Amino acid sequence: MQESKRQLVSLSLNSQPGCLQRLRCAVRDSADLAGLDEDDTHAVVLAVNEACMNIIQHGYQMDPSGRIDISVVEEPGALVFRLRDYASSFELDRIEPRDLDEVHPGGLGIHFILSLMDECRLVDTPDGRGNLLQMKKILHKKRQ
Amino acid sequence: MPFSVQDRQGISVVTLNGEVDLNNSPDARKLILASLKQRKQVMVDLSAVEYIDSSGVASLVEGLQYARSNDQAFGLIGASKAVMSVLRLARLDRVFPLFESLEGALQHGG
Repeated sequence: MQESKRQLVSLSLNSQPGCLQRLRCAVRDSADLAGLDEDDTHAVVLAVNEACMNIIQHGYQMDPSGRIDISVVEEPGALVFRLRDYASSFELDRIEPRDLDEVHPGGLGIHFILSLMDECRLVDTPDGRGNLLQMKKILHKKRQ
Repeated sequence: MPFSVQDRQGISVVTLNGEVDLNNSPDARKLILASLKQRKQVMVDLSAVEYIDSSGVASLVEGLQYARSNDQAFGLIGASKAVMSVLRLARLDRVFPLFESLEGALQHGG
């Protein structure tokens, strides 16, 4: 039902590392509005930050003129994060988390996202351009 | 506040603070590697770090790798709950030498 959905965030950012702090603030606010506890709030902030970082680094290859549209919607029982970019298309299935037994820098982002979110998938964009990443976090309300 | 380095009893202490992300993790990396090139023992003080992402963790891992390959001491001080949860998620909490305080690190000999 349409009325059971609540738009918490709608934000457009440039693909600049300096914009990540603003993104995290917005995600934190949405988690607070949705009643997530401290651990889940940290989880969604980290996961969305990592996804946005991947877009900046790999999608736009650090070109700061790219655009990223972020929306956060509270649906019954879940918080849904959508990140739209206009970079080259990619296939999520082709990105595999690395073996964590190997200690080396890099390659942790996708592991963080898959570990912290309950769902992560690419959905079709309305115009067939770019990518639309959808991540879902099942809501566990704050303990009273 | 910018990141900083201080010498404490022969140990180089790199202090990071605030939110360590893609925007400033290159600065952390430079500072850590520069300190390792100058001192045999380097500790990274994370007690004022409120948030760290995978790029910040990568800077710490680079420091650890450099130290290991050059037979140097490298460890982390004062990781908060938020930082520890990220290290645990990356399964690095048992890889880094972790100390509650600089005094603890000094007693341990870095």
